[in-house]
Parts: sequence; structure tokens; C-alpha cells
Amino acid sequence: MNFSGLIQDFGPLTITGLAQGAIIALFALGYTLVYGVLRLINFAHSEVFLIGSYACLIVWGFFGLDQNSATPNVLSVIGLLLLGLVAAIIFSGLTALGVELVAYRPLRKRNAPPLAFLITAIGASLFISETVGVMTQRNIKGVPPLIQPRDVFVIGNMHVTNLQILIIVLALVSMFLLDRFINRSRLGRGIRAVAQNPDSAALMGVNKSRVISLVFLLGGLMAGIAAVMYDLKIGVTRFDAGFLLGIEAFTAAVLGGIGNLRGALLGGLLLGLLQNYAASLFGTEWLHAASFVLLVLILVVRPTGLLGESLGRARA
Amino acid sequence: MTTEATSSPTPKTPLSAQEKKNAREDRGGVRGWYGRQSKPVRIVLGVVFAALAFLLPYVGEVPLIGPQIVTQGIDWPSALFNMSYYVLLALGLNVVVGFAGLLDLGYVGFFAVGAYTVALLASPDSVLRTEWGWLAAVPIGLTVAMISGLVLGYPTLRLRGDYLAIVTLGFAEIIRIVATSTETLRGDRGFSDIPHPPGEFSDGKPIFGVADAVPYYWLGLAVIILVIFGVRNLDNSRVGRSWLAIREDQEAAEIMGVRTIKYKLWAFAIGAFIGGLGGVMFAGQQGFMNSQTFILQFSILVLAGVVMGGSGNIAGAILGGALISYIPDRLRGIEDPIWGTDLFGFRFAIFGAVIIAIMIFRPQGLIPSRRRAMELKDREKEVAPIE
Repeated sequence: MNFSGLIQDFGPLTITGLAQGAIIALFALGYTLVYGVLRLINFAHSEVFLIGSYACLIVWGFFGLDQNSATPNVLSVIGLLLLGLVAAIIFSGLTALGVELVAYRPLRKRNAPPLAFLITAIGASLFISETVGVMTQRNIKGVPPLIQPRDVFVIGNMHVTNLQILIIVLALVSMFLLDRFINRSRLGRGIRAVAQNPDSAALMGVNKSRVISLVFLLGGLMAGIAAVMYDLKIGVTRFDAGFLLGIEAFTAAVLGGIGNLRGALLGGLLLGLLQNYAASLFGTEWLHAASFVLLVLILVVRPTGLLGESLGRARA
Repeated sequence: MTTEATSSPTPKTPLSAQEKKNAREDRGGVRGWYGRQSKPVRIVLGVVFAALAFLLPYVGEVPLIGPQIVTQGIDWPSALFNMSYYVLLALGLNVVVGFAGLLDLGYVGFFAVGAYTVALLASPDSVLRTEWGWLAAVPIGLTVAMISGLVLGYPTLRLRGDYLAIVTLGFAEIIRIVATSTETLRGDRGFSDIPHPPGEFSDGKPIFGVADAVPYYWLGLAVIILVIFGVRNLDNSRVGRSWLAIREDQEAAEIMGVRTIKYKLWAFAIGAFIGGLGGVMFAGQQGFMNSQTFILQFSILVLAGVVMGGSGNIAGAILGGALISYIPDRLRGIEDPIWGTDLFGFRFAIFGAVIIAIMIFRPQGLIPSRRRAMELKDREKEVAPIE
């Protein structure tokens, strides 16, 4: 136990934790959205993220960029970032829709038990991640250094870099937009209606199938954004990158109260912080174990999470 | 629910002998035919079947069919032994998932606990320096696995379905991370020289050597047969009926006086025991293990086997467990036409696709449990989906 280290590095740990937590939170939204509407855990959501993390790399690859290339000038960085984001969003969204179509829709038609959905989702997850694994020879893939981390401002020993600011701001903006969409738009009202009571919503003329597809798509979009930021932050990706982070994102969703959008944000940021503090206290190899221990504890002590399950009831 | 499902306070004879006989004989197909035979015939058939299973290592000698069956990339008796511990794991997981309906995604954790306990007690690399024989370490390994089942089971009693699945998955990952990161469990370096099971031929050579995997397969098969008897009797007992009631409707079971907590813990403990059994056998055959042995995909694979074979049915679990080990081993050493790599690399991807297909087209599994198939059918009728 390294308490003095924790106190000394509290500032730096906090800012890295927040940046990490922002990514986790965006990722967690996919779990929360699907759970809110279908009451099912979308186990394949981690692979939606994975596809996004490769999609942007492939687009950057078209421009001849790999992990060894130099950082391009500011304008082209912005262009490339936007292109990468668009590609990741599109591919992640399509993957999410595909998973829904193949692994969820046929079962929904025959009213299968919840376990069946979990198993098909596991099947889809295995299929996607392992196919990527075989195609990449299970090697790690480097990310072009689009953004050189540079200190923007320093408070004490807390160095805040441009990348961290970008990640946190981008995450907050996308969360805000999603929140507005769910709470203000017509489609969002449909989502909330189905989350509250699927049968009544259907009687009122909401197209349930379309709402479910929309929810998967929204989760996919968020995962795509998270994937690009993950690439930039970590610098490498791998066929199993989605899996471990997926468990963390799920933990975050449960921590905040699964089915609750603001809960996912809170849970993600808290988890990012806790992981970094735990890593400093017990050593970095315990970083992931900390999230699992936390997950078990939350589910046992407070199964509905900090803010409670409620996509429908208390409006997102 | 039928009389079979509810265990009334005085269930002297929940099903009369005649009713049981009828249930057995009503089935169609091979199982129905088997059920209609007289008891001596059934025993003889069972013995013949077991004897054939014991002769499997020599199936390569059979002309024409034999060479198609045996594996190429891995020697056939070793592949058979692999199958035997996968079958054990599938049988154990079938108790938890198939009988009691508790979705456990971290089943490999118990396998790891059994294997690590044996390694700690018996390997010269261990900090304990006890260097016991394999046989002496086995009972302790099994006890520890069973206790770990209770330790996982107790706090998760309140959780259901999806949540339970994720917590058990987290449990298995914690075990793996602990194994990787603690000095006592030696992480990647692992334990070597774990002793093999005891026994010598008359000429002084050990029965369980390094070169020949046939004795291990026979040992595995013997253990499997014992486990089948045990699990079958449990399933037909009061415990099995309680599991059935919990699986179908926990609240109703509770109201009818089934002590759900007790029987859920039973399911976890027995599942963990059988998983531990697989673990100690694995440690005894391999002689070496490290934290990389217990990846999470392993649990998922076994679960896929149980579901594929037909969860809730012992024969289904055996078939599923054998297939998940046999198919990849058979793919080993066969070149894939597109990438030019070993098809073995695709095993999980292929399984992913197969699991989806099975759940969509045959959700009850290859050899379904009749009762589970009925439960599924019931659900389909229950609510008309709104599309």
C-alpha cells in the first residue's frame, strides 16, 4: 500500500482518471441505452467499440499514416480526426445494427428467454473479435501520432495535456447532445416511451422495432467516438481491446445505475478515477482487478446503482 | 407445473414407478426405443456403450472410418483426454446452468482453483514446499474448489440472470488476475513438474507417463462415468426437483416451500466440485500450468458446449463438451485455403457463428432436455411479440 505516492500524485492521477473515465462513460452509454429499452445486457457492444477502433486506423492508413509517421500540420490533423471520427461512427453504428439484426431480432420474434439473448450476443462478440484477431494475426496495431501530448496548463504537479482536454470535452459534448436528443426530440420520446412500457408505447403508435434499432445505433455512435479517443490516448489497439474495456464500461454503467444516461457519465468518471487511485495504491497490475471487485461489491450491496435504473421512469 | 416440479412437504413418491416408466417410454426416437427396453437390456447396452468409449483410442485402426475421425495436428489419445476434461466441465456447468438455471460465465474459475491447489501442494516450484503426491493433493483441491463455489454463490444469491452472469465473469477474471499478479501463484512462469497420478506396471514403468495419454483418457472416462451416475441421481432426487422449480419460477418455488437459497448453493457447490475435478485431472496430466491456461474464453466455450448440446440434459452436455474440444483439435493441422494459416486459429470465430445459429434455429440444443424444450415452447406462446 503506497499512500504517500497516492497523496503526492493525486493531481496527475485525477486528470488521467478523468480522461480515462470519459472514454469509459461514452462506451458505457451503449450498454445503458440497450438495457434501458430491452432489459438485456448487450454483450457484443465491446465488439462495436472494437470495430470503431480499427475503422479510424484504416481510414488514416489510406492517407499513408502509420505509427511511425510524423505528426502532420494542424489543419490536416483536424481533417484527419474528423474523418477518423466519421469512419469510426459509421462502422460502429453499422456493427451495432448488424448485431441487433442477427443476434437479437430473430430471438425477439419468438420471445426467447433472456439467457438466449445473452448467449447469441456472446456468440456475436466471439465471432467479431476472433475474426479481427485472425485477420490481424493477433498483433497489436499502432496508431499514428496525430496529437503530440503537450501541456496546456499546469497546476502544482498536475500537467493537463491537449489530448486530455480534447477527450474530456468531446465526451461531454457528445453526452450533452445525446441527452438532448433523448429528452427533447420526437424519436427520443419514442425511446423513453418504449423504455417505460413497451406494450403501451406500441399501442400509442410507437414503432417498437425501429426504436430498438435506433437505440443500438445510438450506442454504436457513442462507442465509435469512444474508440477514436481510445486509439489516440493508448496509441495501440488489439483484437481483444474491446473486451476488457467493455467489462469496465459495463461496470461503469452498473455503478451509475444501468439504464440511466447520466448514471453512465457519473459511473464512467468515478470508475476512471478509482482505477487510477487503486493502481497507485496497489500497483498497476491491480488496475483491472479493482474494477471487477468494485463491480461485485456494487451488485451485491446496491444492485440498482448509484442513481438507480431509469431510462424511462425519471427521464434519462 | 406438474407433480414433478413441486416438492410437497411429504413427497414420499412424487412419481409412481408406473408413471416414471410411462414418461420414459413415451419418448420418440432413439431415446424412446432405449426407454422401452427391459432393465437388463438397458444395463447391457450401457456397458457396451461404455466399453466402446474405452476403446476410442484405437479407433484409428478401424479401416475407412477410423482415419477420418482421428486428429492430425495433435496425437489422438491427447485429443481424447482433452475431450474428457471438457466433458467433465460441461457436466458440471450443466448442473449450474441446465438444472438450476443460474447462468455462470466464470466457470473456468473453479477449474483454476482445483488446478492451482494441486500445483501449490504438489509442485516443487511452490512456496509451500510440501511436494505431496498427486493423489494426496486431489481431495484438498476438490474441497477448496467446492468452498470457492460456496464463496461465489453466497453473495450472488440475490442476483439473477444477466447480473449473475456478469458477476461470475468478474469472479473468473479476478482469479486470473490474481494468478497473474501474485508472487505465490507465479503468474506466467507457472508451476512445472506437477506429479502425475501414481501407479506402476509390473515392469516398474509408471502407468501415467509423459508419452502415452491413453491411461489419462481412461482415468478421465472412469471419473466421467462416476460423475454421470452422481449427477443423474441428484437430478432425480428432491434436490433435482427443487432445481427444476427454481429454474422455472423462483417465486413460485419459494412459495411452495422450496428453500431456494439452500438449493442454489447446492448447485454452485456441486458445479464447482466437478469443475475442480476437471482442474486436478488437467494438472495431473499436463504437469505444467500457468495463468495463461485460464483465459475467459474457456468458460464461454464450455457454456457454448452445454447450450449447443442441450442444456439440462446429461447426454447433451456430454456431446456438447466433446464437440467443443474435438472440432478445434480436428481443425488443427488443416491448412486454411484463404489465409494459409491453421484453421485452429478460427476456432472461436467458428464457435461464435455456430452458437448464434443454434440459438436461433434450435434453441433447445442438439439433444434437448424434454422439459426445457417444453419451457421454451411455452414462452413462445405466452406473449405474442409486437412487431
